[in-house]
Amino acid sequence: MRSIGIVLMTAILAACSTTPEEEQAPAGVEDRKPGAPGAQSKGVDRPPVASVDLTAGRKSAASMLTDPNSILSKRSIYYDFDKFDVKEEYRPLVEAHARYLRDNPKAKILVQGNADERGSREYNLSLGQKRSDGVKKMMLLLGVREDQVESVSLGEEKPKAEGHDEAAWSQNRRSDILHSGEF
Amino acid sequence: MRRVVFALALAVSACQAFAQLSIEITGAGAQRMPIAILPFAGEAALPAAISTIVRADLERSGLFRPLEIPALNPQPTEASEVSYAEWRSRLADALVLGSVAARPDGRFEVRFRLFDVAKQAPLGGVAYTMARDQARATAHRISDYVYEKLTGEKGVFSTRIAYVVKRGNRYELQIADADGAGAETALASFEPIISPAWSPDGRRLAYVSFENKKPVVYVHSLADGRRHVAANFKGSNSAPAWSPDGSKLAVVLSREGGSQVFQVNPDGSGLRRLASSSAIDTEPVYSPDGQYIYFTSDRGGSPQIYRMPAGGGDAQRITFEGSYNVSPRVSPDGKRLAFVTRNGGRFQAALLDLETRQVQVLSDSDRDESPSFAPNGRMILLATVNGGRGVLAAVSSDGRVKQRLSTTAGDVREPSWGPFTK
Repeated sequence: MRSIGIVLMTAILAACSTTPEEEQAPAGVEDRKPGAPGAQSKGVDRPPVASVDLTAGRKSAASMLTDPNSILSKRSIYYDFDKFDVKEEYRPLVEAHARYLRDNPKAKILVQGNADERGSREYNLSLGQKRSDGVKKMMLLLGVREDQVESVSLGEEKPKAEGHDEAAWSQNRRSDILHSGEF
Repeated sequence: MRRVVFALALAVSACQAFAQLSIEITGAGAQRMPIAILPFAGEAALPAAISTIVRADLERSGLFRPLEIPALNPQPTEASEVSYAEWRSRLADALVLGSVAARPDGRFEVRFRLFDVAKQAPLGGVAYTMARDQARATAHRISDYVYEKLTGEKGVFSTRIAYVVKRGNRYELQIADADGAGAETALASFEPIISPAWSPDGRRLAYVSFENKKPVVYVHSLADGRRHVAANFKGSNSAPAWSPDGSKLAVVLSREGGSQVFQVNPDGSGLRRLASSSAIDTEPVYSPDGQYIYFTSDRGGSPQIYRMPAGGGDAQRITFEGSYNVSPRVSPDGKRLAFVTRNGGRFQAALLDLETRQVQVLSDSDRDESPSFAPNGRMILLATVNGGRGVLAAVSSDGRVKQRLSTTAGDVREPSWGPFTK
């Protein structure tokens, strides 16, 4: 199930990586083929008009971040107790966001690390930082530019689950990825 | 200047808080001095009876046992002849007499005298001129005077505490008298506020606010509500601590990776890294003589307390017992270290004698955080949980005297006891 998602994602990402916006086409004369052949109407000899949509690429890239069918809409990485490394099951998620950042060089993300409530608030802030730093490090290894990622920590201050048991704590040991416009 | 103006929108200066802290005494000292504090003649004209506040202050210290004295006629004042034999028969060791008089200019004159009944000697007295709304502050001054004369150490009744109240999704940084009364909100926000730290002169607070979706260190002037950024570098900025002379802040930054201790001027200039480790270093705090910085580090595999020279250099491990020792605070005399230790699943405030290396657990609760010494070193204020609600607790350094400060309107946390007021 997960691997299908990844394949789909890869396809979508590949499509998205050739958007006109990315190509920085020169203004003026466009060296472009007409639209799809089937689009021409019969009997009327009209010169074809090829549409160049500079907004399309951005729109689709941005909407993928929130499209529930896109892995890019998945933003949370969860951790075991006292653990800081990205677990195997979250690697595809980090890789997808890394690919998005590579394909959209102007895009930036904020990685917010979180910790469960037990113990010192400031120490927990540092534990959250260790988690978000881990996500950032992995993204840099995947070719993301340093200035595209900021890793910060919310410590235990913004719990996703309010309870005081392991069920809640496991939800709160987490890194969240926020894209430009979301922070 | 611009940033100050925008910041003012967030800062709610001198806004009277909805929720006052109520205080409850849950433990007292073994030996308490019996003291008679008589009603001050004329104090009914004031919004708060001075003698009542003095009595409550001294009782709360855990070192005094105020006596119940029936109404006397005529009511003695500081000018009265004192019959030591009479007060001896009432089992008082000390006696406070006073009076309040309205002045023609609308202000009041408050006078009191303190007597040592056992030694049959007057110990002194003071006259204050005050406005009507300064009755509480004047009473705390009198308590400080009495406390110092009878115990030999300075009282902390006139000091203030800072703490954070969380109510729903609202966070308020509040300032109150040491008895929890007169709470005012210095900052209200929809994002968390943690780690308030008083400047040595008591005029400013440094703290961490999450209003920009990440932790940023601010310095906030209490009198006018002006605040400015002291540390907002890439990554997280947290754990501010003032140097004893107020000229520097130690902060923890992740700008160069990990959580590491830096030093910065309170205006945000002069950044300097103090130490380099591949581990978490956080919660720095200066020793009172300014020589050392104590901090929490997990460089040895578990979080423990270390210290290094304040200008940076080799660190020395301070705590050894247990696998989780955090949040160091040095006592004002530099001889003891309050911190939080984990015993099993319980997080408890503890005190380490830096000379004898003896550790004493101070509390029997299990979610203690953020210890903070009173400026005379006698009490330690901390955050804990009682009945599922965040409350503040104060405990004496011998563990006997205990108080609880709570509000029914929310969770109280992140206490910090302010310095002596000049």
